[in-house]
Amino acid sequence: MSPRQNHFSPSTQEHLLHRLHAIQHDCLHISRESVQQVAQEFDLPVAQVAAVVAFHSFFHTQPRGRFDILFSNCTSCGYLSGEKNLLQLLCLQLHVTPGETRADGLVSIDETSCIGLCDQGPSLLINGLPITHLDDNKVVQLAQLIALETALPDWPSHWFDIHHTIHRQDWLLNGSPLPREIMLKALDIGRNNTLAMLLQSGLRGRGGAGFATSSKWQLCREAPGNARYVVCNADEGEPGTFKDRMLLTSYAENLFAGMALCAFVIGAKQGFVYLRAEYRYLLDSLQKTLQNCRHQGLLGNRILGHTDFDFDITIVVGAGAYICGEESALIESLEGKPGIPRIRPPFPVTHGYLGQPTVVNNVETFIAAAHIVYYGSETFRTIGTASSTGTKILSISGDCTFPGIYEYPFGISFQQILHDCGAQNVQAVQIGGPAGTLLSPAEFERTLAFDDVSSGGSLLIFGPHRDLLSVHRNFARFFAHESCGFCTPCRVGTPLIQKELDAIAEGRGSAYTIEELQQLGHLVQQQSHCGLGHTAANHVLDGLRKFPQVFSQHLLPHFTARFDLDQALASARHITQRDDPEAHLSND
Amino acid sequence: MTMTTDTIRIDDRDIPFTPGQTIMDAALAAGIYIPHLCHHPGLPPSGNCRLCMVKIGNRSTAACITTATAGQQIRSDTPELNATRKTITQMLFVEGNHICPSCEKTGNCKLQAMAYHFGMLDDHFPQFYPRRELDASHPDILLDRSRCILCDLCVRASRDVDKKNIFTTAGRGTQAHLIVNTPSGKLVDSPIAKTDLAANICPVGAILIKEKGYEVPIGRRIYDWQTIRETGLQEQVELKNKD
Repeated sequence: MSPRQNHFSPSTQEHLLHRLHAIQHDCLHISRESVQQVAQEFDLPVAQVAAVVAFHSFFHTQPRGRFDILFSNCTSCGYLSGEKNLLQLLCLQLHVTPGETRADGLVSIDETSCIGLCDQGPSLLINGLPITHLDDNKVVQLAQLIALETALPDWPSHWFDIHHTIHRQDWLLNGSPLPREIMLKALDIGRNNTLAMLLQSGLRGRGGAGFATSSKWQLCREAPGNARYVVCNADEGEPGTFKDRMLLTSYAENLFAGMALCAFVIGAKQGFVYLRAEYRYLLDSLQKTLQNCRHQGLLGNRILGHTDFDFDITIVVGAGAYICGEESALIESLEGKPGIPRIRPPFPVTHGYLGQPTVVNNVETFIAAAHIVYYGSETFRTIGTASSTGTKILSISGDCTFPGIYEYPFGISFQQILHDCGAQNVQAVQIGGPAGTLLSPAEFERTLAFDDVSSGGSLLIFGPHRDLLSVHRNFARFFAHESCGFCTPCRVGTPLIQKELDAIAEGRGSAYTIEELQQLGHLVQQQSHCGLGHTAANHVLDGLRKFPQVFSQHLLPHFTARFDLDQALASARHITQRDDPEAHLSND
Repeated sequence: MTMTTDTIRIDDRDIPFTPGQTIMDAALAAGIYIPHLCHHPGLPPSGNCRLCMVKIGNRSTAACITTATAGQQIRSDTPELNATRKTITQMLFVEGNHICPSCEKTGNCKLQAMAYHFGMLDDHFPQFYPRRELDASHPDILLDRSRCILCDLCVRASRDVDKKNIFTTAGRGTQAHLIVNTPSGKLVDSPIAKTDLAANICPVGAILIKEKGYEVPIGRRIYDWQTIRETGLQEQVELKNKD
C-alpha cells in the first residue's frame, strides 16, 4: 500500500500549507471558493482544507488589510512589554479596531503569540516581515507610512534588521566543522559507529523532554516500515525562545548535515524541516543553503558518491499554531491536516509521517549530533553533568541588561546565568517558557539539567517591578488561545483558568477563587490529551505555591459574585436607551 | 487474589482481555462501566471527552485509547476520579448552550444522563455563552452547534460506517466546531440521510431528526427509566449483534 501524499499538489508538488499561504498572500484571505478549488487541486475533502484553514492563526476567511500587522503579545517582545500599549497606539493612529480590517481594506492590526524576537524589544510582523525595537516614535512613523501607502521595500530598511546577539559561546557555537567533513566522517566510520558515537556522547533531545537521541534513531531504524523519515522541528513557539532563529540563520548547513546523518543512520530518503510561520522570512536563505548543499553533493542522490545514500530535505512552513511544535501534531500538519496531537503510543519513531518510522528532533539536537560526529563524543561527554551531557543554548530575555543568546554547559546554576546577563533584584524566572518552571529567588541555586530544571531554550526574567499576576494572565491567555480544542480539560479548562485569573486581577476574587484555580490546574494537568494540556497549568500551580501573595493581595475578604452586576446590565441599558440611576445596580 | 498473565485488574476485579483490546472494551465486555461520552463500541476510539480517565499507578490515561496489557492495575470507580468526571461534565455543559428543558433530546441525552450519574446539581463554572451557527438547511436533519460537545462520534460514524465523510471538526480551542464537508458548508448539500448512523449517534441534541418531536413523552424517556451506566453496558451487546 503506497501512502497517500495528497498534501502535495499533484501538478506542482507544492505543499497544502504553501498553497494556502499563497492564496492568503494574494487574496488577503482564503474564501470558501478558494477552499473548494484547493480541495479539487489536491483531491482532498473540502472539509479537510476548511479545517486546516480554521486551525491556523495566519489563515483568514475574511480579508485582512493590505498592510497586515501582528504585534507579538509575549511578555518580552510584546506590545505591552514597554511603557506604552503600542498596539492601542497604532490602532488609534490609523483608526483601526484591533482584530478587524479597516473598512477601506488598507490595514488590519491584531496580536499573535510570541514571534521569537524577545531580545529585540517590542516587535511586530507586517505582512510576515519583522520590525523590532518598537517605541511610540517608531509606531507613529509606521502609521504615517501606512497612511501614505508606502510599499514595504521603501520603508527604512534598518527597521527590518535583526541582530543576533550571542553573549556566550561554548562547545556547539564555537564549533564550525564543514558539513562536507561531517558527512565524510560519518560515511567513513559507518552507520553503526555513528550511532555508537551518539550513544557514547549521551546526547539527549534539546527540545526539553530529553529523550536519548541515539535511542530514538535506533528505535526508528529497527521499526518495521516501507520508508523512514527525518523531521526537524523548527517550530520553536515557546514564548521567550529565539535561539533557533539564530541557529537557522548561522548554522543551517550543519543542521542539514545533522539531518543527513540521521537519514544515513536510519535509512531515510526524505527529510522535512517544519519551520514556524513566524520565521518565514528565513525561508529564502534556508532554501539557498539547501541548494548549496545539493551542489556540494551533500544532499540529493548518491550523497558524496555513495550509491546507496539518497536523501533530500523539503522545508514546510507552518501557519501559526503553537501546538504544531508537539511532534505528532507537527506530523499531522505535515500531512495536510489540522495539528491535533495523535494518540500516543504509537510514537512517531514507529508510526510517524504517513504512518512510517520517523525521527523528529529539534534544530539544536541535529546540529549537536553533527558536531559530535565530527569532533567525537569524548569532549562532549565531559561537558555538563553525568546525565545531562554537553551544552544548552538559552534564549534570555525580560528584565536584564544583556538579553540574547547564551550557550552554557549543563549544570550551570541560574544564579550564575542571571549574574552573566546583568539581571538584578530578580523577582522570578520562568524557565522553558510558560509551559516550563517558575523559579523563585530561593531556587536560583538550582541548575539547568534534565534532572533538575529543564528548558527547551526559553528563559524569561521578571524584575522587581513586574506584576507577576499580569504575567500569569498573559500565559493563561496564551494557552487558551493555542489549545487545539480536541480534549475537554484543555479546551474548557484553559479559558476557565484565564477567567479565574482575570477575576482576581479585576478585584472579584476570593479565597474560593484560589481553591478553584488549584483544582482546575490539577485537572488540566492530569487529564488532558497531550503535552500542551499537561503543562498549561504549570505556571499557575507554581505561582500559587511559590508566590501566594501575588494572588492573595488582590483578594476580597469574603465571597464575591463572579460578575459585575451593574456591568451585566449594560446591554439592557443600551437596548432601552436608559442611563438613569434606576437603571443601575450597586454591587454592594 | 493473584493476577494471571492474561488479565487486567480494574478496581478489585480481575478481567480478561484479548490482545490489542483497549481497557475500555475489555471493561465493557466484562460488564464494568467506565463513564464515557465520545466512545462508542464498534467505532474507532478518539479520546477527546476524557470522562474515561483512569489511573494506572500514578499515571492518568483515557481507558478508551489505552491498550490493555497483562497485569495492569487500574483504578476507575474512585471518589477522586468520579469527582474529576463530574467536573469534566460541568465543563461540557458551560462551554455550550444547553437548553435542557426545551431540548428535544431531554431525557434521551447522554450528557444530561452523565450529569444525573454523577449527581451534578449545578454548572459550577461560569457559562461561556458561545455564538455558534445553526444549520437548518436540511429537510430531515437539524444541526445545532450550540448543543455540540465535540465528541466526534458523528465524524467517525459518517466516515467509518456510513462511508460518507460528512462531518469534521475545525477551529482551535473554544472556537472548535463541527463543519460539513460540502462546498457550501451546509448539510442540505451533503448526502446525509436520516437513517445514517451519523444522523442518529449524537449523544446530545446537536444533530436532531426533524419533524418528530416528543414522540415519547418526558418522563418515559431512556434516562427516565435507566441510568447511563446501564445503557452504556448494553451498547456493547447491541453493536456486537449488529456486527
